[in-house]
Amino acid sequence: MSFIVDRRLNGKNKSTVNRQRFMRRYREHIRDAVNDAVNQRSIRDMERGERIIIPRKDLNEPQFHHGPGGRRTVVHPGNKEFQQGDTVARPPGGGGGDGGQASNSGEGMDDFAFELDPREFLNFLFEGLALPNLVKRQLQGDKNYRVVHGGIVSEGNPSKINIVRSMRQASMRRRALSAAARRRLRDLQAEQQALLNSEQSLERQSRLQALAEQIARLERRIGGIPFLDTVDLRYNHTVRQPVPVSRAVMFCIMDVSGSMSQEMKELAKRFFLLLYLFLERNYQHTEVVFIRHHTSAKEVDEQEFFYSRETGGTIVSSALRLTADIIRERYPAESWNIYGAQASDGDNWNDDSPTCMRILRDELLPHMQYFSYVEIMPRRHQALWNTYAQLRREQPQVFAMEQIDTPGDIYPVFRELFRQRMEEH
Amino acid sequence: MTHATRRQPLSTTSEWNFELIAQYDQEIARIAHEVYRLDTWPNQIEVISSEQMMDAYSSVGMPVGYNHWSFGKQFVEVENLYRRGQMGLAYEIVINSNPCIAYLMEENTMPMQALVIAHACYGHNSFFKGNYLFRTWTDASAIIDYLVFARRYIAECEERHGVEAVEQILDSCHALMNYGVDRYKRPYPISAETERLRQREREETLQKQVSELWKTFPEMQPDIKRRQPSSRYPAEPQENLLYFIEKNAPLLESWQREIVRIVRKMAQYFYPQRQTKVMNEGWATFWHYTLLHRMYDEGLVTEGFMLEFLQSHSQVVYQPPFDSPWYNGINPYALGFAMFRDIRRICEAPTDEDRRWFPDIAGSDWLTTLKFAMQSFKDESFIQQFLSPRVIRDLKLFAVLDDDTHSHLEIRAIHDDAGYHTVRQLLSEQYNLSIHEPNIQIYEAAVRGDRSLTLQHIRESRRPLARDRAQDVMRHLYRLWQFDVHLDSVEEGRVVERISVPPPEDVS
Repeated sequence: MSFIVDRRLNGKNKSTVNRQRFMRRYREHIRDAVNDAVNQRSIRDMERGERIIIPRKDLNEPQFHHGPGGRRTVVHPGNKEFQQGDTVARPPGGGGGDGGQASNSGEGMDDFAFELDPREFLNFLFEGLALPNLVKRQLQGDKNYRVVHGGIVSEGNPSKINIVRSMRQASMRRRALSAAARRRLRDLQAEQQALLNSEQSLERQSRLQALAEQIARLERRIGGIPFLDTVDLRYNHTVRQPVPVSRAVMFCIMDVSGSMSQEMKELAKRFFLLLYLFLERNYQHTEVVFIRHHTSAKEVDEQEFFYSRETGGTIVSSALRLTADIIRERYPAESWNIYGAQASDGDNWNDDSPTCMRILRDELLPHMQYFSYVEIMPRRHQALWNTYAQLRREQPQVFAMEQIDTPGDIYPVFRELFRQRMEEH
Repeated sequence: MTHATRRQPLSTTSEWNFELIAQYDQEIARIAHEVYRLDTWPNQIEVISSEQMMDAYSSVGMPVGYNHWSFGKQFVEVENLYRRGQMGLAYEIVINSNPCIAYLMEENTMPMQALVIAHACYGHNSFFKGNYLFRTWTDASAIIDYLVFARRYIAECEERHGVEAVEQILDSCHALMNYGVDRYKRPYPISAETERLRQREREETLQKQVSELWKTFPEMQPDIKRRQPSSRYPAEPQENLLYFIEKNAPLLESWQREIVRIVRKMAQYFYPQRQTKVMNEGWATFWHYTLLHRMYDEGLVTEGFMLEFLQSHSQVVYQPPFDSPWYNGINPYALGFAMFRDIRRICEAPTDEDRRWFPDIAGSDWLTTLKFAMQSFKDESFIQQFLSPRVIRDLKLFAVLDDDTHSHLEIRAIHDDAGYHTVRQLLSEQYNLSIHEPNIQIYEAAVRGDRSLTLQHIRESRRPLARDRAQDVMRHLYRLWQFDVHLDSVEEGRVVERISVPPPEDVS
């Protein structure tokens, strides 16, 4: 006798807990692998999973086993030309003599590899990072609505009649309007019943007749109350409610003057993309504005931003001024979370640095959540750095700066800039 | 045996549905029970999806298991291999319980489902019910209850003491799991009910006993000599490491002891399976082969069905030669299937050679002989008894001697008259767990000294331990024992190597 059971509908994720425990246990390994991946792969395709490789020896659950050495005999299948007493050179790695145990010993097997899905990957990537400063939530007037239940109203579209409420209302009205009549009716019926039980007499007869008439009249009146009246109708009400949207705009500002090589731009790009991914995880809607500058600044699209070549001197303040203008025109600070990221080799027209500082301090930083500056320069700091350093001292909550030298620096620097700060949380 | 009468095929396409599965199962059951008189537990056939199969896979096939990261690791590995198409999932997982639970994967075709039903529900199932090891060591009716108990208990411990603490104990126990078995003593069958009842009782009394064991008297007067320890403790070396720890580890808390016990019981439950791989798989393969052929003879299945069946069957029993890149030891399906078929051949059509080698079974009733072989042996003794020269020749078995004092490997024996006995002897030893696994026993617990625990590894044929991993295992042992632990490797009565945790401090 067999029972056949269809278990396909049962949960399939029985192993989820165990998988999570595994991930928790190898958190360090996974984080290292993620960090490596960030440094190696182009950040353009950051939003995909990653193959995590953990050395198998770290994963081993140890057991007592025989090691190599000693004297052992192993039986193998598939003999071709051996005769008893033949001697054979020991194969390298001892494989031939080891037979069935080769797999147990785990050596020579591949490292343990598995895939992280994109979500997990980003989780590890941004683990322990937090956006500085508050997340604004702005009520938006025009675009995003959702329809919500707005209670019950007495006027409305027939398609929205609430039947239950309408019927309840009707029932209440009927009872209220007939209350007096029903009370009277009850009394009369009681009297009638009493008379019917009493002795036969003429008086009783006439009284009964009168009662019958009154009762009939009352019943007519009660029956005349409409079952459903227009005043009873109730309608479901819906209201359009603006959806609070958290939005962020990110300004990427990059120096494209002659002193910036393509390599430096690549570095900057990686930094910007990390920031973009990070913002996108935290906000429902993220916009990016690309501003590049040499002696004058220009808002451009992504392709042009990263790949077109320019030469010339450097006036950083032009870009900052443009940013301020754009914020004024398109991104009012009340409804946008504004982030700025600037990458430069630090080169600037000498007289310009104080201007930059003034624009930043007076016009930009008050409206911004955070402004980060990375200097891509292996050697000593340039003019801009010293000026900005002063700003950092003044407003460490909103302004951050770091120096990047090689691609390997980007991720650590990024982490440093957005490290979850205990005092803020 | 009744003569087969030809009937209409049960189905002609590869599609399956629940009625068809029931019909096939009914026919296979009829043939298994009435024609071949197999004795089985009732079956519970569960149809599952491939994801669920991966779940089942990673929890070593147990329908209910406690949570542990190592199962997660297994799952991740299986999932990856499967996703990338490097591995097909096994067709079947079967659980030694009453009723016997077998899983069918929904992706399989009807012939595959029939193959699995024949293989698992009648092959493995009758093996579980018949083989003496399973009869002695496991209690099929209680295992599911016990697993539920274990899962709940461990979950409770995690709540009370934290996941981390429980995980550490489990890690350590898993490292010693192979040494959590009584090899010679007949165990009591595990039953969840009694287990639950006795568990609380144990919790209280155990703690007392342990402190009794480690009780020391303060030396009141220096001139009173303490009694010299008259004998070692334990008096005899102990093979069951986990049992000894459960009963004697000085500082474990009662819940930790209970976890040690749970792992020990699991090890015991799996012990017969580890000892009967060849027989168990060989038996099941023999029966799916025989049962489905019988169905074909009766006209219940079509030629197309048989072709698909035979293709997977021959994949399962393929034995790559030793020099093939796919060679990974002897395939238990191949060896077991070859041996059971050969026993049938010896009974039905014995040659002179067979009469010489197997005078008592040559020409006997094959079904009786086969069942006797299935019931009364484990891999080691089964090979010793039944590996025939014919199978040795067919598989071209040969034995290689690897001695680290010689520069070359030596071919000890091949599949010829001079070699049959040696090959059989050596192959049988290869399946002897006590030779395959290092022989390690608890030698001494210094109850009156520094409370250290000393293990002895008796070296067979000078084979050393894999030192790195032995060191890791000792660290786990240290976590359980919490005082110094030592492992002495003994060769010809002399200690040749010692592993200690914590490592001995340099005297400098």
